[in-house]
Amino acid sequence: MLRRTVRFLDERSGSAPLLLKVLRYLFPDHWSFLLGEVALYAFIVLVGTGVYLTLFFEPSLAKTVYQGTYAPLRGVQMSDAYKSTLDLSFDVKAGLLLRQTHHWAADVFVVAIVVHLMRIFFTGAFRRPRELTYLIGLLMLFTTLLEGYLGYSMVDDLLSGMGLAIGYSVAMAIPVVGANLALLIWGAPYPGDPAFESRMYVAHVFILPILIGVLITLHLALVMLRHHTQFRGERQSERVIVGVPTFPGQTPRSLGLMLSVAAVLLLISGLVQINPIWLWGPYEVGQSTNGAQPDWYLGWLIGGMRLVPSFDLTIGDYTIVPNPFWGGALFPLVVLVVLAAWPWAERRLTGDRRLHNLLDRPRDAPLRTGLGAGFLAWVFLVFISGSADRMTVLFGLPYEQLLKAFTVAVLVVPFVVFLLVWRACVELGGAEEVEHEREAAEAEARAARA
Amino acid sequence: MVPSGSASPRSEVVVTLLLLAGAACAIAFIVIYAIDGLAHQTQLLGLAIGLSLGFIAAALIVTSRRLVVTEEIAEEYPEPEHPDERDAIVEVVHESGDRLTRKRLLGTAAGAAGGALGLALLAPAASLGPALETSSLYRTPWLRGRRLVDDKGRPLRADDIEASNFYTAYPEGADPGQMSAPVVVVRLAPAQLELPPERSGWAPEGLLAYSKVCTHAGCAISLYRSPLFEPVQPGPALVCPCHYSTFNPASGGAVVFGPAGRPLPQLPLAIDGRRELRAAGNFSGPVGPSWWGVRKGRPT
Amino acid sequence: MRTRPLLAGAAAFVLLAGGIAYAQPPSGIVRPTSESTRSPLELGAQLFAGNCASCHGSDAAGVTSPPQPGAGDIQGQGPSLRGVGALAADFYLRTGYMPLANAHEQPTRRRVLLTSAERRALVAYIASLSPGPGIPRPHPERGSVSEGMQLFTQHCAGCHQVVAQGGVVSGARVPPLTRVSAVEIAEAVRIGPYVMPTFSKRAISDDELDSIIAYVKSTQRPEDRGGWGIGHVGPVPEGMVAWLIAGIALVIACAIIGTRLRG
Repeated sequence: MLRRTVRFLDERSGSAPLLLKVLRYLFPDHWSFLLGEVALYAFIVLVGTGVYLTLFFEPSLAKTVYQGTYAPLRGVQMSDAYKSTLDLSFDVKAGLLLRQTHHWAADVFVVAIVVHLMRIFFTGAFRRPRELTYLIGLLMLFTTLLEGYLGYSMVDDLLSGMGLAIGYSVAMAIPVVGANLALLIWGAPYPGDPAFESRMYVAHVFILPILIGVLITLHLALVMLRHHTQFRGERQSERVIVGVPTFPGQTPRSLGLMLSVAAVLLLISGLVQINPIWLWGPYEVGQSTNGAQPDWYLGWLIGGMRLVPSFDLTIGDYTIVPNPFWGGALFPLVVLVVLAAWPWAERRLTGDRRLHNLLDRPRDAPLRTGLGAGFLAWVFLVFISGSADRMTVLFGLPYEQLLKAFTVAVLVVPFVVFLLVWRACVELGGAEEVEHEREAAEAEARAARA
Repeated sequence: MVPSGSASPRSEVVVTLLLLAGAACAIAFIVIYAIDGLAHQTQLLGLAIGLSLGFIAAALIVTSRRLVVTEEIAEEYPEPEHPDERDAIVEVVHESGDRLTRKRLLGTAAGAAGGALGLALLAPAASLGPALETSSLYRTPWLRGRRLVDDKGRPLRADDIEASNFYTAYPEGADPGQMSAPVVVVRLAPAQLELPPERSGWAPEGLLAYSKVCTHAGCAISLYRSPLFEPVQPGPALVCPCHYSTFNPASGGAVVFGPAGRPLPQLPLAIDGRRELRAAGNFSGPVGPSWWGVRKGRPT
Repeated sequence: MRTRPLLAGAAAFVLLAGGIAYAQPPSGIVRPTSESTRSPLELGAQLFAGNCASCHGSDAAGVTSPPQPGAGDIQGQGPSLRGVGALAADFYLRTGYMPLANAHEQPTRRRVLLTSAERRALVAYIASLSPGPGIPRPHPERGSVSEGMQLFTQHCAGCHQVVAQGGVVSGARVPPLTRVSAVEIAEAVRIGPYVMPTFSKRAISDDELDSIIAYVKSTQRPEDRGGWGIGHVGPVPEGMVAWLIAGIALVIACAIIGTRLRG
C-alpha cells in the first residue's frame, strides 16, 4: 500500500529523492531548537482560528444599536464590528473560546518569537552564512507586531480605539511626510474614512498573513538548505552535523510539540479570559478610560511615549518633530536597525568573518552576550515603565516618582548590566576554550593539507 | 537503513491509553458543544479540547521516546559554496550579452522604463486619502455662534456649569465623531485665570472650553483634577489617561506635566441672550496630535 | 531540647509583634473620659476638639492660612466643615480617610479607629454646625446597569477605569471601587473628595446616581464568562499570563520533548 503510494507520487512528480532528503534531514538534538517551532505552531493556530473568526466578524463601522444578550450594553449605539464581536462572544457556541484562542495565540506567538530570537542571538546562530535567515526572522517579528495591532484594533472597542488614535499620532509625527502618510492610510483626518476599517481588515486577514507565510517558507527553506547550526559536542564539528532524522525520530516530537502548543493555548483560552470587550464598551472619539494599554508586544512603545519629556521640536512657529516620534517611531526603528545590523557589527568588532555552523554558549562570547544583555535590559526597562501607573495603583508608589526613577534606570542600568554580564562571561572563561579548539582545528586542517 | 531497536510493549499500552483518553476528551468536547445553555461552557469546552490535545501530545511524546527507533546520525554539512556553478552563472550571463554594443545606454533606458512603470503602478495609491491636502487637518466644525450641546443634543446653559465639575460638549448640528468636535467645559473663579492677553474675553464668568483631544497622541482628555481644598492639594488640571499629559485650564491649556509638546487648544466662549453657551470663534490652535507643519496657526 | 519554653517564647513574640503592628498609630484617636455618659453631640464635640480641630479649626470654619500648632503634634490645614452636613462627615469617617495625619497627603482608606457610636456622634456634631446634606439613601436596584455604564464611562472612567479598577491622575492615586458600598459611592460623588470632581444633583440626578451605583456594583462581579478575569484591566496581566504561564509551560514542553535521545 505504502509502496504503491510512493510509486504513484514519484512517477508523477519525480520527488522521491527530495522526499528522501527531507525525511532524513538531521535536526540537532537540543531542546532550544524547538522554540522556533513553537512560534510556527502558534501561527498555525492563529490561521485556523482566524479563518473561523472571519466567518462571523463584520468589518464595518456602520452604527447599530445593540439589543442582544449582554444586558449592560442593551440600547447602546455601537459599530457593526463591535456588535459582531459581542454576538460571537455571547451567542455562538465555542465562539468565545475560539476568539480567546486567537488572541492568546497572538500574544504567545510573539513570546515564542522573542524567546527564539534570544536563543539565536545569544548563541551566535545569525552568523555567516545565516544572516539572511536572521533578517527574515526580524522582518517577521516586526510584521507580526503590526498584524497583531491591526487584529485587535478592528474590534472598535474603547481600549483598542484609543490605541488607534495613538498609532495615528505616531504616523503624523514622522518628519516631513507624517501628515501626508497618516491621511493616506486613514483616508481622512482621524477617525478617518469608514473604509479604514476595511483597510485594516484586508491587511490583517489577507495581505500580512500571506507576507508572513511567505517569509516563514523562505525562513524554513533557508534553514534546511544551509542546515541547522548545532552546539559543540564529541562528534559535532564545523563540517559534521549530528542529529536526529526527520523521520522517524523527529516527527513524533514535532507533532507532539504542535499538539502541546495547541493544548496549552486552548486550555488557557478556556480558563483565562482575554480582551473582554464587553467590559470596555464601544469606542468613541470623545471618550477614554484610565489604565488603557496596548497588547504586551507593543508595551515597549507606550513606555517610550510616556518617558520622553514634553517637547515638540520646533523652528519658530513650525513643528519639525512632534513628540510621539521619539518614543513611538524612532525607538522601535533603532531597535530594529541595531538588531538587523548586528551580524555585521559583530564581524567588525571581533574581526571574525568566518563561516560558523557551531554555536557559542553565551559565556563563550562575552562581548556579544554582554552587549545583548545590556540592550535587552534597556528595551525591557522602557517596556515596564509603560505600566508604571498600574504599579501606582497596586503598590501606592507615586506615579511622578516612578517615572523619574525609570528615566534614570533606563539610562544607567543597561550599562551596569553590560558590565556585569560581560565580566561574568569572561570569568567563566569559555572564550579561551573556544579559541583553543579553533586553533587546534586549524592546525589539524593545515596538517591534513600538507 | 534504519537500525533496529528493542520493543517496549508497556509503552505501547501507555500510548494506546493516552490516545483513547484523547479521543474521549474530543468526544466530550462535541457533547459539551451540543448542549444548550450550559454554564461555564467556554471553560468546559476549553478543558475538553485542551486535554484531548494534551493526551494525544503525550502519546506522541511517549512514542518518540519509547516506540520510535532512536538514531543519532552524523553527516557532512552541505558544501558551503559552489564556486564552479557560481562561475558558470556569471559566465552565462556575460556571454549572453555578446550582441550588445551599448550596454550602458540600454541599461539606463531599461531602468528609466522600469522606474517609470513602477511609479505609474503605484500612482493610484494616492487616491487612498487626501495625502497632499493637509489643510483638512485644520478644519473644525466650530464657528462663531455655534451652540455647545451635550451628547444628547441639549444646549449647555451657563448656569448649569458648576465649579469643580467638568462637562463634555459638542458643536450643534455637526458630526460628534471628529477629533475636532468634543470640547471639555469647566468653570474657574475669574480671579484664578491667567489667560494670555489676547484671550482675555474668551472665558466669560470664568467658563472655559478646551478641545477634549490631547495634543500628544489624540486620546480623549477625560480626567479633571479638581481640588476640594486648594491650599494643600494640587490645582485644577485637565489630564489625559494615555500618557498623563496634564494641561492647566487657568493658563490657557499650558502643559504642566507629561509628554505633550503643545498646549491644549482653547475655544473662546460666549454666553448668549438665553444664557446658553456658544463658541465665539475657532480654537486657539490646531486640534489633536501635532504634525510637521504650522504650530500656532488658527484653524479655519 | 527545651521546646516548650521555646514555643511559648515564639508565640509570645508573634502575639506581641502582631499586637504592636495592629496597634493604633501614634497619632491615634484622642478620646474624652467617660464616653458613655455623654450625649452624642457632646461626645461629638469632644472628639472633634481632640482629633479634628487642629486642621479644621476649633470652630470648624477651616484653617486656610499657614498651619497652627495643634493637639498631638499635628500641624494642620483643612477646609471648613460648616454646611458639609452628615453626608461628608459620614463618608470621610466610615472610610477612614479622616482623621488625616498629614494635611498634604492624599487621604487613603484606613482601618477605622472610631467605634460606631463615636462615629455617629461625630457625624451628628458636624451635621449640627450648619444645615447640610444628610446621609444619602441610594436605590441601585431601581437603576439601570446599562445607563450606569454609559454615565460611568462619561464621567468616571477616565480616572477610575472603565471597570472601576482604579488608576492614576497627575498628583494623585485613584482608588479602585471593588469594595465600596452604595452609600459610599453616593457620598463620594456628591462630595468630590481630594481631587475628584464634585457632581451635584444638577449634574447627576439621584436617579442617574442609582444607575451609576448599580453599574459600579456590577463591576464588583463582572461578567467573566471567558474565564479567570485576571484583574479586568486588559493587556498588562494578559501579557504576564502569556509569558509566565504559557511561555513557561511551552519552554518546559520543549525541554521535555527535546530531551536528548539516548541512541
